[in-house]
Formats: sequence, C-alpha cells, structure tokens
Amino acid sequence: MSQYLLRRILLIIPLLFGVTVMNYTIYALAPGDPVSAMIDPMEQRQMTPETLKEMREALGLNKPLPVRYALWLKEVLRGNLGYSIWRIRPVSEVIRTGIGNTIGLVTMALLLSTIGGLLLGIISALKPYSALDYALTGFAFAGVAMPGFFFALVLIYLVSLRLGLLPTGGIMTPELPPSVSDRLVHLILPGIALAYESMGGLMRYTRSSMLEVLGLEYVTTARAKGLPEWLVVGRHVFRNALLPVITILGLRLPSLFGGAVLIETVFNFPGIGLTMVDATKQRDYPLLMGGVLITATLILFSNLLADMAYAWADPRIRYD
Amino acid sequence: MAEQAIKADNALDDVWQKRSKVATPRARIWRRFRRHRAAMTSLIFLIIVAVLAIAAPLVAPNDPVKLYPGLTRHEPTSEHILGGDLAGRDVWSRLVYGGRVSLSVGIVAVSISVVIAIILGTLSGFYGGRVDMLIMRATDVMMTFPGLILIMTVVAVLGPSIYNVMAVIGLLGWTGMARLVRGQILSVREWDFVMAARCLGVPDRRIMLSHILPNALAPLLVAATFGVAGAILTEAGLSFLGFGVLPPTPSWGNMLIGAQSINTLEQYWWLWIPSGTAILLTVLAINFVGDGLRDALDPRMQIS
Repeated sequence: MSQYLLRRILLIIPLLFGVTVMNYTIYALAPGDPVSAMIDPMEQRQMTPETLKEMREALGLNKPLPVRYALWLKEVLRGNLGYSIWRIRPVSEVIRTGIGNTIGLVTMALLLSTIGGLLLGIISALKPYSALDYALTGFAFAGVAMPGFFFALVLIYLVSLRLGLLPTGGIMTPELPPSVSDRLVHLILPGIALAYESMGGLMRYTRSSMLEVLGLEYVTTARAKGLPEWLVVGRHVFRNALLPVITILGLRLPSLFGGAVLIETVFNFPGIGLTMVDATKQRDYPLLMGGVLITATLILFSNLLADMAYAWADPRIRYD
Repeated sequence: MAEQAIKADNALDDVWQKRSKVATPRARIWRRFRRHRAAMTSLIFLIIVAVLAIAAPLVAPNDPVKLYPGLTRHEPTSEHILGGDLAGRDVWSRLVYGGRVSLSVGIVAVSISVVIAIILGTLSGFYGGRVDMLIMRATDVMMTFPGLILIMTVVAVLGPSIYNVMAVIGLLGWTGMARLVRGQILSVREWDFVMAARCLGVPDRRIMLSHILPNALAPLLVAATFGVAGAILTEAGLSFLGFGVLPPTPSWGNMLIGAQSINTLEQYWWLWIPSGTAILLTVLAINFVGDGLRDALDPRMQIS
C-alpha cells in the first residue's frame, strides 16, 4: 500500500511538469512582455527604457523558448507567479484570497451531489423499471443536460426572488457580523446549482453499478441465508457497488472546477472562477496563468486523494 | 506482395457479402434504435430544431440583428412572438438564428475532436510502446485542466469569435475519445481476423483503416453524440461569460447575458427562459439519442 502510494505520488511529478509546459505554451502565445508581467507596475513606471532593456537581457528574454520556460519554471518553484497587471498585486496573493471560497463551494457541491446521487441511484436500482425509476432517470438526464448557469438563474428566480428564502448571491450578508452559518446559507444555492450536473451522472453510475452487483451470486446467497433485505443491500451490495463510484467522483473534479466559473459569475461569488473571468476580461495573462496552474495542481492532488480512497475502500486492491 | 494481399483481402470481403443473407448491420441497428422510445422522440425533436435552424429566414422573418425602435424589453406581441431584448432586437428571430450558431459550433467542434481522437487513438493503440506512452501522458495532462477554464484562457489569448470557439472546443475536447479509440483498438487488434489479415501480408495502414477502425467506431459514434451535447453546453457557457460568440451575432448562450441582472430575471421572462430552455431541451434530446445509439450498437444486446 505504501509502495503504491509512493509510486502514485512520484507519477504526479511528470504530470505536473506537463501541466507547466502546456501552461507556458499558452502564455507564450499571448501578446505582451514577461518583463512587464514580472515586475510591480508601480516600480516599472519609474524605470527608464534602458534599464528595462537591460533587464530583458538579464532575464534572458532573447534566448530560445525552452530556456525561457526553464527560467519561468524556476520562478514558479520559488513561489513567484508574477504580478497581476490589473490588481497590481502579486498573483499568488490574488489567488490565495479566492481559492478558499472556491474550495468551499466545490466541497459543498461534491457533498450534495454525492449524497443525492448515491441515495437516488440506490432507490432507482432497488425498483428498476418502475414508474419511480423512470421519473428519477428523467431527473438525472435533465441534470446532465441542464446548463449550470441557467439552472442557477432558475434557482435565483424561484427560491430567492419568488419565495424570498435564500440570498441571491455573494458570500455573506453585509449587515450581519461574519458567521459560519451565514456563510453556509450563502453556499446553499450555488452548491445546488453546481451539484446538479454531477449528481445526474452519479445517479446513473450508482444505479447501473448497484444493478450489476444485485445480480451476483453472493447476493442470492445472502438472501438465501435469510438476511433481511435492508441488510443484504446495506452490507453486501452497497459496499461493492460503491467502488466504481469513487473513481467517478475523482474524475468529476475538473468539471466541477470548470462549472464553478459559471456559477460564481451568476452568484457574484468571489472565488477563483470569478477572478479568472475578470482576468480574462482585463487580459491579465499572469493572473490567468497562475489560476490555471493552481487549479490544475489542485485537481491532480485531489485525484491522488480519490485513488487513495479507492485503495482504502477495496481490500482486494494491493497495487503491486 | 502488398498488392496481392489487398486483392486477396477484397476477394474475401466479396465472398462474405455474397454469402450472407442476414439483415445488414445498419438495418439491425436501426430496428433496435426505433424501439427506444425516448431516443425516437428526441430524434424527431432534433430534426424539427434542425429544420427550424436551416429554414430560419422563413420561420423568423424579422432580422435577428436589427434594432427595432420601441421593441426594447417589449413583451411578446403577435408581430414579435417572443418580444424584444434589452437592445430592442426580436427574441424569436434571435432564438432561431442562435440555434444555427449553437448547433453548428457543436457539430464542427466535435468533428475536429473526432478526427484528432481517431488519429492519436489509432496510433497509440496500434503501435503501443513509446508512441502510446507519449500520447497517453499528454492526454492525462490535458484531462487535468478544468475544461472551461482552459478553453476560456485560450480564447482570451486568441480573441473571442465563433470560429475560435469552434476550433478551441474541438482542439481541446479529444482526450476522452482518443482513450476510447485506443482501448477499442487494443481489444480488436487481438482478434483472429486481424491475425488472418496479417498472415495474408496486408500492409499495416490497410489493417488499421479497413479492419480495425470500423470495428472500433461504434462506441466512438456514441461518444461523439454525447460530445456534441457537451460542446453545445460549453459554447453556451463561454458565450454567457462573453468569451464566445459575441453579440449582435445571436447564440443561445449569449442571449442569457442580460439575465445576470436581478431586474431582468424578475420582470422579463422572455429574455432568458426561451434560450435556456432551448439549450436544455436540445442537449437532453442529443443525450437521449446517444443513449439509444449505445443500446442499439451494443453487441451484448443482440439476442433480444
């Protein structure tokens, strides 16, 4: 197990390397000059063109692309992601403020979609081809087909505007003192909006996975022993049906982070997605690159976590 | 030598075609597809949407880009059946013409992805070894990026336009399909008829193109169908953010831009419900068709 983990962690290194190469390639395509991107624009204004030219040479900007990539990577490894042109602050600082909010939102969505998806998927599988199953299947298909931002608008319209139950956006009520419960209240609608798409897919996977396990012989054995049905399902079927679902959970993460961009925009939720949208509008390439790099790294490590959960849940897997 | 082998190969095909009296695979698939009620209904719905989009000037006589004086935020009338948008353009016309844009972005983008996926997946699966390693690691890297953020970034670099959106969604969307093609090829490659073709001396290229690929295409067709649905959603999201198809050109996504204000959301339903519903229903229908195709193409269900 520990050997497997070690190998899995080592495998992340070439992936991370690939991520930075791709990130830099896009960066190199963008118009503009890295000197202006790496230095605080306030300081830059006081510099003469000669100093800037010297700096370009000192930084090796007339060198070939791979060399420039290596220089950039060295800075990134030291934690220098450059300066945000538009926020006039280091990229790492700008990102740090948004990333926590986004992780909160994605976690909320992941929780909601996992609980909802598992529960509804199991209900579907226990009464296959019944009216309830068809209704839930329709609900799942609608989730996959529903554009997240449109669903978010519908939620705001119905829950916030018509019923007046929950806030229309933001992360806290300005008039109230900051509190955890207020934050959670602001996470409910965005969380649901982001969760629905994943939940639809998860319901389908849970349903087919359950149906497959329900048809296995050891389930018949368990029933023949005289176990009550809830024990058969709860202890024997569910556990094994859960395994493929864990893998799916890990694979959903990139699309959750992608979807968060739209949901944060609709709810005016100050996360990394909203920052990226603003950065795109302002053509703030250093900030964009930093954001892409950080989310990709975050996803890589979350996938590692999903793999570990899988190894932990399935004792048959020893990975060697 | 190679020419002789190809001749022998063709001769074998002829013999097979003359002897077989069973229904062609296509007829069998169609028969099974027709039994899937949701898929059939969806197919009919999609045909209607496509016809509306193609015949746009006939069903929506008003200009989708023209600003009509006095139509700003105007509620639906008999002349303008879905009212006017924030700038005074006809919403129904924009919906119909927007369908043209959204559907074509979806289809073109996925066509690009499919071509890349076939090329890379086939190379990877057929040759294996180092080529396979390289392509699959590149796929892993691509899959690590959150799709929408990566697409948004590239569009920011290239500048938003309908062609850039098609190209970028297509160029970044091939990873899952490439893996699928590779997996299919890895399994088909081991079948006896491939060995037979090898023994005949049929060249690699021909084995790949006329023996292995056709057998790997069924799941790809299903994945591509779901891909069109995904591409339409991505385009809608991008355009909604203002990085995709830019107004005044209508697209289902950019028609929802105005709905970001609470005021519009509350008072002018015709500005956001029609286009959002159009995306939902179209994507839903495409997914049902994909589901029906999967059931119809699945060889395990052949007995029934």
